[in-house]
Amino acid sequence: MTTWIDVCSIDDLQPNSGVCALVDNQQVAIFYMPEDDAIFAIDNYDPFGDVHVLSRGLIGDMAGRPMVSSPLYKQHFDLQTGQCFEDETVKIPVYGVQIIAGRVEVTVDGAAQ
Amino acid sequence: MSNKQTLVVIGNGMVGQYFLTALMASDHKARYDVVTFCEEPLPAYDRVHLSEYFAGKSASDLSLVEDGFFDNNAITIHLDDKAVAIDRVNKTVSSEKGVLINYDKLVLATGSKAFVPPIPGHDRENCIPYRTVADLDDMLAAAKEAKVGAVVGGGLLGLEAAKALQDLDLATHVVQFGPRLMSAQLDDGGASMLRQKIEALGVSVHTNKNTIKIVDGETCAHKMVFADGTELEADMVLYSAGIRPRDELASVSGLTIADRGGITIDNHCLTSDNSIYAIGECASWNDQTFGLVAPGYAMARTALDHLMGGNDSFTGADMSTKLKLNGVDVASIGDPHATTAGALVYTYQNGVDGVYKRIVVSQDNQYLLGAVLVGDASGYPTLMQYYLNGIDLPEHPDSLILPSRSDESVGLGPDALPASAQICSCYDVSKGDICSAIDSGCTTLGALKSETQAATGCGGCAALLKSVLDCELEKAGIEVNTDICEHFPYTRQDLYNLIMVEEIKTFSELIHKHGLGKGCEICKQAVGSILASYWNEYVLKDEHLSLQDTNDTFLANMQKDGTYSVVPRMTGGEVSPDMLIVLGQVAKKYGLYTKVTGGQRVDLFGARVDQLPKIWKELIDAGFESGHAYGKSLRTVKSCVGSTWCRFGVDDSVGLAVELENRYKGLRAPHKIKFAVSGCTRECAEAQSKDIGVIAVEGGWNLYVCGNGGMKPRHGDLFATNLDKATLIQYIDRILTFYIRTADRLQRTSVWMENMEGGLDYLKSVIIEDKLSLAQQLEDQMQHVVDSYQCEWKTTIEDDSKLKRFRTFVNSDKHDDNIIFVEERGQVRPASKEERAHLKLVETA
Ligand code: SRM
Ligand SMILES: Cc1cc2nc3c(=O)[nH]c(=O)nc-3n(C[C@H](O)[C@H](O)[C@H](O)COP(=O)(O)OP(=O)(O)OC[C@H]3O[C@@H](n4cnc5c(N)ncnc54)[C@H](O)[C@@H]3O)c2cc1C
Ligand code: SF4
Ligand code: FES
Repeated sequence: MTTWIDVCSIDDLQPNSGVCALVDNQQVAIFYMPEDDAIFAIDNYDPFGDVHVLSRGLIGDMAGRPMVSSPLYKQHFDLQTGQCFEDETVKIPVYGVQIIAGRVEVTVDGAAQ
Repeated sequence: MSNKQTLVVIGNGMVGQYFLTALMASDHKARYDVVTFCEEPLPAYDRVHLSEYFAGKSASDLSLVEDGFFDNNAITIHLDDKAVAIDRVNKTVSSEKGVLINYDKLVLATGSKAFVPPIPGHDRENCIPYRTVADLDDMLAAAKEAKVGAVVGGGLLGLEAAKALQDLDLATHVVQFGPRLMSAQLDDGGASMLRQKIEALGVSVHTNKNTIKIVDGETCAHKMVFADGTELEADMVLYSAGIRPRDELASVSGLTIADRGGITIDNHCLTSDNSIYAIGECASWNDQTFGLVAPGYAMARTALDHLMGGNDSFTGADMSTKLKLNGVDVASIGDPHATTAGALVYTYQNGVDGVYKRIVVSQDNQYLLGAVLVGDASGYPTLMQYYLNGIDLPEHPDSLILPSRSDESVGLGPDALPASAQICSCYDVSKGDICSAIDSGCTTLGALKSETQAATGCGGCAALLKSVLDCELEKAGIEVNTDICEHFPYTRQDLYNLIMVEEIKTFSELIHKHGLGKGCEICKQAVGSILASYWNEYVLKDEHLSLQDTNDTFLANMQKDGTYSVVPRMTGGEVSPDMLIVLGQVAKKYGLYTKVTGGQRVDLFGARVDQLPKIWKELIDAGFESGHAYGKSLRTVKSCVGSTWCRFGVDDSVGLAVELENRYKGLRAPHKIKFAVSGCTRECAEAQSKDIGVIAVEGGWNLYVCGNGGMKPRHGDLFATNLDKATLIQYIDRILTFYIRTADRLQRTSVWMENMEGGLDYLKSVIIEDKLSLAQQLEDQMQHVVDSYQCEWKTTIEDDSKLKRFRTFVNSDKHDDNIIFVEERGQVRPASKEERAHLKLVETA
């Protein structure tokens, strides 16, 4: 069973940018693209810089894939799969996220291991 | 014991240094321990551009030695020490200061000295040869008192010396022994045109004057007495009447000396002793010495090749020259005097525009043998290619010098050149070399220059280099992709123009109209920057917020551990004790690491994102404002203490720095911009290393532009002198706006300048002469930015909706537990990965 955890209101999100939520002691970066009605959740941890900062990266797309670029050293990560564009051996966890009645819910089940 | 051999180079002038640099770049450098003797107190400098010393260049600008060159290459240099004897039997060199060294191979690069006529009174005070930086310093000293200057010698160097005298504000005379100026290079027609032009510039020319003695003057310090009984009075006398090879050391060491002077060398540049080479102006090949730098460089390459076991030959050198004398273009190619048997001559003379051109062609009208150009030397590169490569002349050779007839194309397309054609003679770069560099990916002028060194010497070949590049790119069908990224098929400049012309105010409007997809960090930041430069709206406005790089969105620079730095503005580096105390208190309260930056202000490190607004509120309440350390925008205007306190200060550098910083603060640009203002030419603020540098001089302010520290340092170019403050600010307004409009993304002003077609002269024509009629627009745009300035931090802390973003977590007040500090030298620093792991263990235990 998936546990959805209520995180915040949709108004707390930053349009076309990210915020960070603390879910079960995991730092989760949540990105919101209102024009496409798209929302993504990935781990906030940047494996290249060894710090928790991805929610503060700039988002957009690369070769048609939604991506975030790390604020530290500018690697790009696919927001849907967590795959790093520059290094195929690096993939960061992605989490479930949904908007229900104006509330944002995240699940970290399954991805945590 | 090292089994290396010892190589000694005597003379660290232009050619000696070229030899050392080439040796160090070769695969064989490990074979030798290298020692060099340099008689002058300065290591090698650019003698060719010596006269620019009077137009604002310093000795270090002229240096040919990269920082750390001798140390990094383990070369021992004996500076200010002259080699006085060579013992060829025991193979030693000894010096004036007592150094005695064994050599295996020896290279003589002792150059020349200016010829000083041995007449009575030649060594009176302020009678100075024109050859070294020390000579120039003597001239500067003499110029303090002197009103009238005379140059002995009306050749190439003499005329350059005359320019130097004019730069020193002296009434200037040129005294020429023979009947015409530049007799080695010019024919009578060319020389008389040159004379007219030089005289029009205020230089008095005296020909057929043989100076027989110099005695006390009546109106000036000296009186020159000529063989024909006439006299000329002057306070300073410069000798520039030719050069004499420095062969004295070689001569006392028993090496063969040529009849007309110079150390005799063979085709490999070996002297009569096969352990000793001679290169540069001191050497005589085929009874000929060469007073130009390119043949010296060719000798250096030949000697190096031979030393490494190669078999290259020096085969003489072309003495063609092109130069600008006091703004007059003069060029001479090959055999200007038509001494070749059967040679035919074509001449074109235009008295109205002061243009004289002459070509010398072979008897069959097929090949170019020589040329003289005065007043318009634009045809030089084309003529040189005909001459050097033996290219067949067009049907009417005179079309090469006549004003172009509409039905005939005159220029020689670069395509017509063979691969062996030498494009750059300073660095011996052929068209073939350039083509292979282009093939391997150098598709910009900048890349080509750094790959091949072409056009990095005298610069005379730059236009030709560019046309070869353009032609090759076109041929290869390479369309250089200048799109900014996959989202816009445009350059930054295109985007700028679209935004300006269509009055676009947001990124989403721009990408919907002109782009594809959602954008990325490249186009978003570039557009964010353009919008900010042009409209200057609050950068965290909803529409703009997502465009900014991390640093701009949080108005602070992210550090390696995810914390931020806080840099308040301290205009001109000035700070009151009270403000300093506030800064200290805030730093203490929030536990911030505190450091004085390289930009004359104080940086506070280690602020968590949620602390930033609180810290800034306290700072702003105390009167600080944002320092924009996070933006691609004006950073600091560094200053020296200036005339307010300094005993040498000529003007109030701090006051001007504060004013400039306040004017341009917040200005967004393609890259960061740094200024500095020095109170006098001692230059304590290092203004010449800044994008905009200002130095106080007696007549006002001197403006330097496009300097850079950082990865590839560049000295600023002297842009204008003796400006009053209003003009200074007007120029800076125009330059900066023009930079913002036309530079590429992340291009500092230095690189912008280097890639600008026409370079400094072009920039001057746009900014000073207003060639594009843009000046008013540029000023207006800057005034808009100045008038709409706001402190972004102040706006942010006053807007609750913006503060929301400065939370670590949207759903919790906890902090990022990965941010861990340890103490060092009494302050905090981020813990290393190991320290973090250890501290976490301790915590959970
Ligand atoms: C703090 C400071 C070092 C210090 O402790 O002294 C510094 C720190 C940084 N410099 Fe710098 N530079 C600092 C003075 C300089 C100077 C000296 C100066 O300004 O007089 C230079 C050379 C001068 C010049 O720029 O021409 C300098 C040349 C650079 C460069 C190379 C730029 C270039 O054109 O080659 C970079 C990289 C870049 O901008 O792409 C850089 C980039 C950086 C960055 C932004 C790197 C980064 O992305 O983290 C550093 C972050 C600053 C921060 O977190 O606040 N920094 N940096 C100095 C801040 C000055 C200030 O008060 O604003
Ligand atoms: C004002 C001026 C303008 C010029 N313009 C041009 C131009 O436009 N184009 C061009 O091609 N050329 C030009 N030249 C000529 C060019 O500068 C020379 O061709 C070039 O410098 C020659 O290099 P070199 O190394 O042979 O001699 P130098 O550069 O003179 O170097 C020789 C060095 O050896 C040192 N030395 C001599 N004897 C000893 C010793 N016993 N021990 C230790 N050190 C010793 C000297 O002090 C000197 O530093 C110009 C020269 C001058 C002065
Ligand atoms: S640059 Fe000049 S005025 Fe400024 S501190 Fe140095 S010596 Fe003094
Ligand atoms: S010819 Fe002098 S730089 Fe190329």
